[in-house]
Amino acid sequence: MTAKISLAGVAKRFGSKVVLDGVDLDVAPGESMVIIGGSGTGKSVLIKCILGLIAPDAGSIRIDGQDVVGLHGSALATSRARFGMLFQGGALFDSLPVWRNVSFALSQGGGGHAAEMRAAAIDNLARVGLDAGVADLRPSELSGGMQKRVALARAIAARPEIIFFDEPTTGLDPIMADVINNLIVELVRDLKITALTITHDMGSVRKVAHRVAMLYAGKIVWSGPVADIDNSGNAYVDQFVHGRADGPIKMAMRRP
Amino acid sequence: MNALLAFPIAVGAFVIAGLRATGRLTLFAGQALWRALLPPYYPARLLEQMLLIGWFSLPVVGLTALFTGSALAQQIYIGGSRFNAASTVPAVTVIGIVRELGPVLGGLMVAGRVSSAMAAELGTMRVTEQIDALATLRTDPFRYLIVPRVLAAVIVLPFLVLVSNALGVMGGWLIATQRLGFNSANYLTTTAKYLEADDVVSSMVKAAVFGFIIALMGCYHGFHSSGGAAGVGRATTNAVVSAFILILLSNLIITVIVFGS
Repeated sequence: MTAKISLAGVAKRFGSKVVLDGVDLDVAPGESMVIIGGSGTGKSVLIKCILGLIAPDAGSIRIDGQDVVGLHGSALATSRARFGMLFQGGALFDSLPVWRNVSFALSQGGGGHAAEMRAAAIDNLARVGLDAGVADLRPSELSGGMQKRVALARAIAARPEIIFFDEPTTGLDPIMADVINNLIVELVRDLKITALTITHDMGSVRKVAHRVAMLYAGKIVWSGPVADIDNSGNAYVDQFVHGRADGPIKMAMRRP
Repeated sequence: MNALLAFPIAVGAFVIAGLRATGRLTLFAGQALWRALLPPYYPARLLEQMLLIGWFSLPVVGLTALFTGSALAQQIYIGGSRFNAASTVPAVTVIGIVRELGPVLGGLMVAGRVSSAMAAELGTMRVTEQIDALATLRTDPFRYLIVPRVLAAVIVLPFLVLVSNALGVMGGWLIATQRLGFNSANYLTTTAKYLEADDVVSSMVKAAVFGFIIALMGCYHGFHSSGGAAGVGRATTNAVVSAFILILLSNLIITVIVFGS
């Protein structure tokens, strides 16, 4: 079976700063892969490379066996249509009401049939546990947890084959974080979506991951089933999972 | 040795940075024009921007023209009196307003209002990842955000400048008839005699160019902003300052080409 997402030797540097230094990773269809790693290790850059928002300097990125590096124009648009993404801050369009946000991918920003779009938005809001009452609110009128849920509804509205979750639980209280984790598990299971999550929240990892990969110094230093995470035999993973200051990972005190 | 080289190195770095920025801006402008031609189109966004740029700029552009036209007529009267040429007030006012002050001041006022607003809005969208989000929602950020703004500004600026010209001439007429003792009918007849169709056309061409500059600067700086709130502030300042300079420079170039020969 071909991997849904297959990265080989993906490298990216900004100026003299090497962010990704040959990343190899395969994600099977329907699998929930979680990439862990400290802040500033290039997790977000990796996702943006796969989405085509950032061009990698080297390496190949295959989706369903097709190389997507260097695509542009309509080929890039077609490739991107397979993806959905939940951004860390939600990235909701604050000039539009919630229902326009949620139906955005369906109407491609251009109006569409308003009643249909509204109904589709309400369907997707229900999937993330929000009732029709929020449809007409503005994003700024929602709490952080609700914004995250609306953003989740927006990301799944067009039923993408692959969905990226960028720090889905960051900034939420533990209960709301668990609600979001449960939603991710349900969506992956029910909609048969391939999921790639980046996080440093171990609670989230244990809940949503089928497999885990650890990114450190621009490379994947370990990957394996989530069950193995506590006895990975890898000093980097051990230090990260247990959140210890001492170990092979030295914290840079300056932002890279 | 190092001290000797420091100056040429600094000059070289400055020149390279300038060329690089010019290149990026040219590519950005080319993209905006090219993608304006290809679907999907966003007519609702275009109308919204025309309303924001055109309609809501009317008060500020109108007042600017009215005050400037009045002041201009007053000064021409004072200056003209020294040569027994006070009667040139209507002719010089209409030429000055339509050829230069109407479009330039109108353009500058709209740049202050619109370039800044565009840079701040797009800059905030950039730093909150809303522009990246558009790309993941099957929507081209260029066509959705930039093309409607640029098109709208190019379309509405000529009409704004027509209003600006009319109110500028009216400002001159007001002060001439109310304070300087001109006969209203004579003033208007002389104005009409010296108002040429070519001047109006060049005025509108200037306005369209200024509209392009205003939207392009606002969008370019906003779209490429980075570094949080401070970055958005920088983008806004850069958008307004560069729009001002490019408006004045392009005005000079058009004036020399159209009227210089």
